[in-house]
Amino acid sequence: MARAVSARRSLLTGILAWTIGLVIFFPILWIVVLSFKSEGDAIAAPLAMLRAPWTFEAYAEVQERSDYFKHFWNSVVISVGSTLIGLLIAIPAAWAMAFVPGRRTKDLLMWMLSTKMMPAAGVLVPMYLIFRDFGLLDTLAGLVGVLTLINLPIIVWMLYTYFKEIPGEILEACRMDGADLKREILYILAPMAVPGIASTLLLNVILAWNEAFWTLRLTASDAAPLTAFIASYSSPEGLFYAKLSAASVMAIAPILILGWFSQKQLVRGLTFGAVK
Amino acid sequence: MTFTLRALLGASAAVCLATAALAETTTITVATVNNGDMIRMQGLMDDFYAKHPDIKVEWVTLEENELRQRVTTDIATKGGQFDVLTIGTYEVPIWGKQGWLVSLNDLPADYDADDLLPAIRGGLTVDGNLYASPFYGESSMVMYRTDLMEKAGLKMPEAPTWADIKAAAAGMTDKDAGIYGICLRGKAGWGENMAFLTAMSNSFGAKWFDMDWKPQFDGQPWKDTLTFYLDLMTNYGPPGASNNGFNENLALFQQGKCGMWIDATVAASFVTGKDSTVADKVGFALAPDNGLGKRGNWLWAWSLAIPAGTQKADAAKTFVNWATNKDYLALVASKEGWANVPPGTRSSLYANPEYAKIPFAKMTIDSINTADPTKPTVDPVPYVGVQFVAIPEFQGIGTAVGQQFSAVLAGTTSLEDGLAAAQDLTTREMTKAGYLK
Amino acid sequence: MATQHSRAAARLMISPAVGVLLIWMIVPLAMTLWFSFQQYNLLYPDRTGFAGWDNYRYFVTDFRFGAAIRNTLVLVLGVLAITTIGGILLALLLDQPFRGQGIVRLLVLAPFFVMPTVSALVWKNMFMNPVNGFFGHIAQAFGAQAGFDFLGQAPLMSVIIMVAWQWLPFATLILLTALQSLDREQIEAAEMDGAGAWSRFVYIVLPHMTRAITVVILIQTIFLLSVYAEILVTTNGGPGTASLNLPFLVYLASIVDNDVGMGAAGGVIAIILANIVAFFLMRAIGKNLET
Repeated sequence: MARAVSARRSLLTGILAWTIGLVIFFPILWIVVLSFKSEGDAIAAPLAMLRAPWTFEAYAEVQERSDYFKHFWNSVVISVGSTLIGLLIAIPAAWAMAFVPGRRTKDLLMWMLSTKMMPAAGVLVPMYLIFRDFGLLDTLAGLVGVLTLINLPIIVWMLYTYFKEIPGEILEACRMDGADLKREILYILAPMAVPGIASTLLLNVILAWNEAFWTLRLTASDAAPLTAFIASYSSPEGLFYAKLSAASVMAIAPILILGWFSQKQLVRGLTFGAVK
Repeated sequence: MTFTLRALLGASAAVCLATAALAETTTITVATVNNGDMIRMQGLMDDFYAKHPDIKVEWVTLEENELRQRVTTDIATKGGQFDVLTIGTYEVPIWGKQGWLVSLNDLPADYDADDLLPAIRGGLTVDGNLYASPFYGESSMVMYRTDLMEKAGLKMPEAPTWADIKAAAAGMTDKDAGIYGICLRGKAGWGENMAFLTAMSNSFGAKWFDMDWKPQFDGQPWKDTLTFYLDLMTNYGPPGASNNGFNENLALFQQGKCGMWIDATVAASFVTGKDSTVADKVGFALAPDNGLGKRGNWLWAWSLAIPAGTQKADAAKTFVNWATNKDYLALVASKEGWANVPPGTRSSLYANPEYAKIPFAKMTIDSINTADPTKPTVDPVPYVGVQFVAIPEFQGIGTAVGQQFSAVLAGTTSLEDGLAAAQDLTTREMTKAGYLK
Repeated sequence: MATQHSRAAARLMISPAVGVLLIWMIVPLAMTLWFSFQQYNLLYPDRTGFAGWDNYRYFVTDFRFGAAIRNTLVLVLGVLAITTIGGILLALLLDQPFRGQGIVRLLVLAPFFVMPTVSALVWKNMFMNPVNGFFGHIAQAFGAQAGFDFLGQAPLMSVIIMVAWQWLPFATLILLTALQSLDREQIEAAEMDGAGAWSRFVYIVLPHMTRAITVVILIQTIFLLSVYAEILVTTNGGPGTASLNLPFLVYLASIVDNDVGMGAAGGVIAIILANIVAFFLMRAIGKNLET
């Protein structure tokens, strides 16, 4: 009896969960469908649109018009590069904050986070002038630098909350055993910290990949990432749903696939030690 | 990490070597709008490379507003990211006066500047210097469905009045069949609804400023303009019109949902093109007037300009000459047909009998010829520009006023409040900018 | 417990991160502050000089300023409400056993990876357009002349929907993970004692998730206060000022008006307001973060 009830309940839960899941996913599914239609069909009513022939037209045109792989590669360099450099700076800081907290540590963290709330548009011209003077306009190095700095507060904070969950007693114990600082980090801390670092890395790659203000305003052609690629397909004269869909699919697919494959690692750090 | 760094160093070394080997090649960066004619040009670059193997062109293609802002930041801070800019008739007079652009008076003789349409050329010239070369030009006109007009038992005059437009809109509207008599721009923006409304207001005798730069939204002409516009749009317009710009209206018209559409002349090649379901049922007429001597049509030219700071002015000029020369028009015609030639820049194109066969050719040139950016309004005004006011503040003011009028169209603000707000904010901005004491 | 030695080491380690952050904060902030007191419009290179408080005065007396503050708060609170409540409900649902749990979780997670500009373009054109969008087509199939005019009639709500769509996965994911770490025996024990589903939720599940909820609110607030791409692509702040928020007003000043001085003043004001919000936020929920 109980079993039958729970089976039925699980079926109902399943139907409900699947429905909600599909509704949330629907916009993405829809642009995938539209991207395989001709421009004229893409604005037709849904049923007529689905019945219309499938075609690679939009992808062919996007491929012909834009150097997708250049933009893709720039996005990879910018997002991965800025995250790696950010981690390099943030790991020691977060480590120190977590294990040797001072009186002002909390304030310092809050202040770091508040730097993220600066509206980018208000700083554009000052930044543009700095970039111009240092010859950083339209360079990958410049963008990596900017995105490192933008995401650094989040990186520091994520690592800090994660490191704090590592029991301090273990460190005390090995200090007793006479392990020096280097060994402490290398053999004790690192293995325990890897999951936290991995998820921080993933989240920041995603954030940097999707950053669309600085990556668009500080580049021209050499360093332009996928956000610039999208900007060349939004609202041209004429019909554009199919081409925009195709370009969108190409821009989000890499990061979506990465996110899907790494969701377990991602979650671990996203919870910021919220879960024990 | 070490590996990546090494790979990067190796790669950059290879790039350096490659650059050294091709030392004579000049690479120019061209910033352009993602409109059809510009995209087509990118497909025809083989011809340019065949003629000029020593120049390589890098494209930066962006959506119109994104491009305008990107390019403005760069030229004003002398960032030097671009060697050729695609800008419009709004920017050229302002930037030319600032000395930000290279004069194009010394383009080679085969450029034939005298062949440029006078109205267009005038809009791109400051103090006798041509500061940008027109790539394509446009005015605005009425596009209407011949079949629906016939069904309604109406005939569209070649030069209609606003009363004719209203009668036609009323006759063609059949909301149950999903047909709206008239589609006009409603989306806020100085280049969106304000381009249309400013041009329309000219034919109602309205103006942005009087000779003392005093805003004129408190006058009767603007009220008449908006009242007429609202009447048309609420009774015969499509739903959601406050978010319809060029593109949204184009899609509606192509699907056969609009009886009439008053917009850019370049739209003609789209509504008669392959994506259009009504391609063979479109007629054209001049933009309407009110018997006051001005028609409600605008003038715009997307043009190529060279920023003053560039080190590669020669290569840039070579490119500009290629892209806006008569030969380029012939090249497009031979590859893609006459209908796809960038319109509205040269008299010789309209003298060409082949081109005259295009159904919208005559109406386009007539519309362009009736627009005069130097005398846009019924009364004299201190500014240049038909559907805009060529002062730096206009982008901001025009967009803010556009938002007010868009809210009026959406029904969230009343007509009186919208006009009063427009008057207030314009007065404030003009005071801040020092035009008003 | 830490020794003198390790404290010194800690300072040394903290310094590069803090140093870089300082530069990031100080240099642009100093420049922004400097420009906020200057008369500097990109299109008037020859009109420069000290502007006093003019830029600030013009920024806060702009008739759009009040609307911008209000809309910013509505946007942040609206999205927070939808994502937190929706996230809790979704987490509870996804925590139940059913077929294809893993796949559904991937589906729910997906919007978080979509670029904000892409998401806004897609929602605006393919969904919310009253004639050619998906909802418009559905409405027409049911005999209406056209769909609901989302961006014209409910612009701020439309932006909230778009932004919530992007952040709901984030909230759900964190809350789900928190839920999964809940001690099942505790729940079962409560069930034995005759506690109903509601009281189990209120007295056991919710307290367990408090910290995760705090994290969701804190992180989202940081990002939501600076939402701008979604507004730029869809409504441009309109109609009127219906969907204009503070970052967008800063954008209008510094990029559309090219008024660097006023944009900088707006930026400074936005930072001050953001810090006030952050201060109250930490007061209200910060204690939940203590372990």
